Amino acid sequence: MNPNEWFSGPAIAAILGMTAMTYLMRAGGFWLMGHVPITPRVRRMLDALPGSVVVAIVLPAVVKSGLSAYAGIVGVIAMMIATGNQFLAIGFGVGTVILVRYLGL
Amino acid sequence: MHSDPNGACAQWTLKGLARGARDALPIVPPTLVFAMALGTVAAQKGVTVFELALMSGLVFGGAAQLASMEAWNPPLTLSLIVTLAMITAVVNMRLLLMTASFRPWLGGLPAWQSYPTLLLTTDASWLIAEKYRAEGGSDASILLGSGLLLWFVWVPATAAGHVIGAMIAEPQRFGLDQVMSIFFVAMLVPLWRGMRRAIPWAVAGAVALIVQKLVPGYWYMITGALAGSIAGGFIDESK
Repeated sequence: MNPNEWFSGPAIAAILGMTAMTYLMRAGGFWLMGHVPITPRVRRMLDALPGSVVVAIVLPAVVKSGLSAYAGIVGVIAMMIATGNQFLAIGFGVGTVILVRYLGL
Repeated sequence: MHSDPNGACAQWTLKGLARGARDALPIVPPTLVFAMALGTVAAQKGVTVFELALMSGLVFGGAAQLASMEAWNPPLTLSLIVTLAMITAVVNMRLLLMTASFRPWLGGLPAWQSYPTLLLTTDASWLIAEKYRAEGGSDASILLGSGLLLWFVWVPATAAGHVIGAMIAEPQRFGLDQVMSIFFVAMLVPLWRGMRRAIPWAVAGAVALIVQKLVPGYWYMITGALAGSIAGGFIDESK
């Protein structure tokens, strides 16, 4: 890889944009708390956010990918419920995808 | 406003720094797995190992970085760059609440000490700091120590994941294109608190699917997540 290909301008711009937003969130809560109260509703909204983020990203991606993706999701959920172990569940989910594709389903 | 329930003013000690790093040790194995997953996904998306290391060092947020990879499809146009920043903002919005909880603790420190420390906040270091605070501690070095240790694990491990991911010739065959979804779902399961608390998730999913159909690009992630969050804000009152 030649040094000119280490970084691309647009990628750096994207990374800096992502960095700015992350810093805004990391410093923002601390700053806000010193200036305005965080109401119970705002707290509930932020509590509901992590799960909503995951579903909003994963569901459309899975619908787009089809059967092997559905199988992987069922696999990881089943293993998480059965064992509660994230490594095992992720491995099992990916294994399910590989198997379904290998079988040509 | 700045009174600390634990009495003492926040201070800095080397001992606290070491304790923070030690408290973060159990988080190292899952961090390595996460970093490997992100690295392999990034390699598939054409992110160079240098770009990934830069991103890991600056953004230092696994969920946000992994989510951004779903939308990271070159060419990176201006609108895609804005979308990536928005996705990161939405995924990291939870940090608002975490760092807000630090106010009574770190509010008495000079800004040049508190703000740089906050920039290393992750889910794990927040949990460690909250636990330490609940036990009556007030040493701000805990947060810095745990954040620094995880940073020094995260950056090289994502780069290592990239190197390994780039060597795999047929990523689809090994299910690598599904790692992002599977990883996120594994994070979702422990968040389950019954049907009622899952209503925002259903709203998020429905809005995301509709927006995906109607609007080109990756706005469905942002609109879906925000719709779920807003639903969550109203749900407990409709009881």
